[in-house]
Amino acid sequence: MWITILTAVVTITGIALAAGLLLGFVSRRLPPSSDRLVDRVNDLLPQTQCAQCGYPGCRPYAAAVIKEEAAINLCSPGGDATVRRLAELLDRTPLPVAETAAAATVDAVAIIDESLCIGCTWCRDACPVDAITGAHRFMHTVIASECTGCALCVPRCPVDCISMITLQ
Amino acid sequence: MSAPTYDLGKLHGGLRLPAEKMKSTAAAIQTAPVPKQLVLPLTQHAGSAAHPVVGIGETVLKGQLIADSDGILSAPVHASSSGKIVAIEPWPVSRRYGEPAPCIVIECDGRDEAVELAEAIVPYETIEPDSLLQKILQGGIVGLGGAVFPTAQKLMQANTSPLEYLLLNGVECEPYISCDDMLMREHADEVLGGASILMHALGLQKCYIAVESDKSQALRRMADALSDLDDKRMVLKQVPTIYPSGGEDQLVKLIANVEVPSGGLPTDVGCVVQNVGTAAAVYRWICLGEPLISRVTTVTGDGVANPMNVRARIGTTIADIVEFTGGYTDRAKQMIIGGPMTGKSVTTDRVPLVKATNCILVASHLAPILDERPCIRCGECAVVCPVVLQPQELYWFAWADDEVKLRQHGLIDCIECGCCDMVCPSHIPLMASFRQAKARIHELEDEKARAERARRRFEARSMRRDMEDKKRQDELAEQKRAAVRAGPADIQEMVERSRRKDSAPKARTKKGPED
Repeated sequence: MWITILTAVVTITGIALAAGLLLGFVSRRLPPSSDRLVDRVNDLLPQTQCAQCGYPGCRPYAAAVIKEEAAINLCSPGGDATVRRLAELLDRTPLPVAETAAAATVDAVAIIDESLCIGCTWCRDACPVDAITGAHRFMHTVIASECTGCALCVPRCPVDCISMITLQ
Repeated sequence: MSAPTYDLGKLHGGLRLPAEKMKSTAAAIQTAPVPKQLVLPLTQHAGSAAHPVVGIGETVLKGQLIADSDGILSAPVHASSSGKIVAIEPWPVSRRYGEPAPCIVIECDGRDEAVELAEAIVPYETIEPDSLLQKILQGGIVGLGGAVFPTAQKLMQANTSPLEYLLLNGVECEPYISCDDMLMREHADEVLGGASILMHALGLQKCYIAVESDKSQALRRMADALSDLDDKRMVLKQVPTIYPSGGEDQLVKLIANVEVPSGGLPTDVGCVVQNVGTAAAVYRWICLGEPLISRVTTVTGDGVANPMNVRARIGTTIADIVEFTGGYTDRAKQMIIGGPMTGKSVTTDRVPLVKATNCILVASHLAPILDERPCIRCGECAVVCPVVLQPQELYWFAWADDEVKLRQHGLIDCIECGCCDMVCPSHIPLMASFRQAKARIHELEDEKARAERARRRFEARSMRRDMEDKKRQDELAEQKRAAVRAGPADIQEMVERSRRKDSAPKARTKKGPED
């Protein structure tokens, strides 16, 4: 009978030890799968790519949030709803949205006064979603359906011919 | 003779409402004269707005195309009488959100001159089903039951799934409305003619015509017309008078005793539902060459002097129609376009009659707004819900803005019949909150789709920039390697050469704005 008990104890201990070692190894050696978490945070962001949070786009901001480098209340276009959802997902305290100078909103689009445009391509290069078309020294225009309203093109224009209009 | 009632399915819930249809069905359908002015909205159908093909100042004839369909889901608009286009501008209309919509305004000349048809009228049997569908599309015909879904697109969509029968909907279950009833009484032949055309277009061999049991005259007329026609493919069916048995999915359940799946269409169970008015409109277009430029509408309520049914031109203002019937009484207080359950209250009678307008209800008393009290969870709303939803639950989720739960509990299947509102002892405006929640869900969906597109574009751009950067780095590295390979003597020589070039006199180069 002792033999039976011993066999059982040894077997179970062996399995537990092996599993423990394997899990320990995996958790140490494999990189944490933060990518999926970044994607989930990224999904909650409005994808305006306006860079008002101080990061070059929504995904970089999501990555910074995951690394706890950035606060969760920096997304101004997303507003309180986004902060609330982020707080829920990451189990952090919801904060009021940080004040920013620029006014990017999700329901605005940029419009180029084409009579003033000199074709410098600066706004085209500044657009994070390639929503401005135009070639060098030719008139540019905004593809309204793709514009996220980030307003990044506005300060870049040397002749101030871009303005933001609110959609109804 | 009354139609046999057999093998009917049973509808969950629903209400027996006072019909209030006697007054408006006392007299025959009257035809309203040509008004001075016609206002034709560009959006009288589900889908994208039609685009105008006429300009201001142009003279148009009756039946002429003035706005063509735009996009996959759209319907054209025709001039309802001859006259001159005086404006294309926003005008108040009776849509759910009530903001003015772009309309073509025609100043009528009173001659009512009709346009000559491009192609001669031929017997519909000789037309191929596909070209018949195309022709129906050109007639500007939309579902006249209320949803105003473009008929041709509905049929084309239906054609992609295996079909068994056509179901003609003569179940006008909402109180006060009687235009389909009167149409069946007076123009049963047109309705059946339309049914034959639709069956030919879809290649169907069976058609059920559903009429409510309280429309005895319409039932008799339809039965007579059927026996005259002697078409074995068509069967008249009588359904019980329960609101909302005229809903598409509800009618399919009643007639075929099968349930249309959640989020699905009647075509998923082998059935196409068309309103009797739509069938008559198809008949008038295919066999008489008249596009959808007029419809029968019910003018009723104690706010009008003579309740009746009127055949009026699309675009006639409600004011003109009411005046034609004999004007308002001094008790008129509120105007509703559509029925009392699903209609929309309007504040002005300048709105035009559109393809969707089946009823103009002028009430003598404003609907009392009773104090909303807390839900006591009595479950009455769930008992009457024809879609077997749990309105009391949905109400909480709508309050909490819980999109996921709303979806799980089938908010999208709500047909907005208003039965739950009627029975709620706490007077909670359930339907209104469901409408809002539905709009909110759609908004969120749009937002998500937009964000997704922006994300993809941003990622594509980032990738492209990375590639460009890498290419530049590689080029620089290559240059550096070349310089290292060349050795100091060659570099010395290069420096000498550039010095010689600099000391030589050179012309001033033009400076561009980008330099």
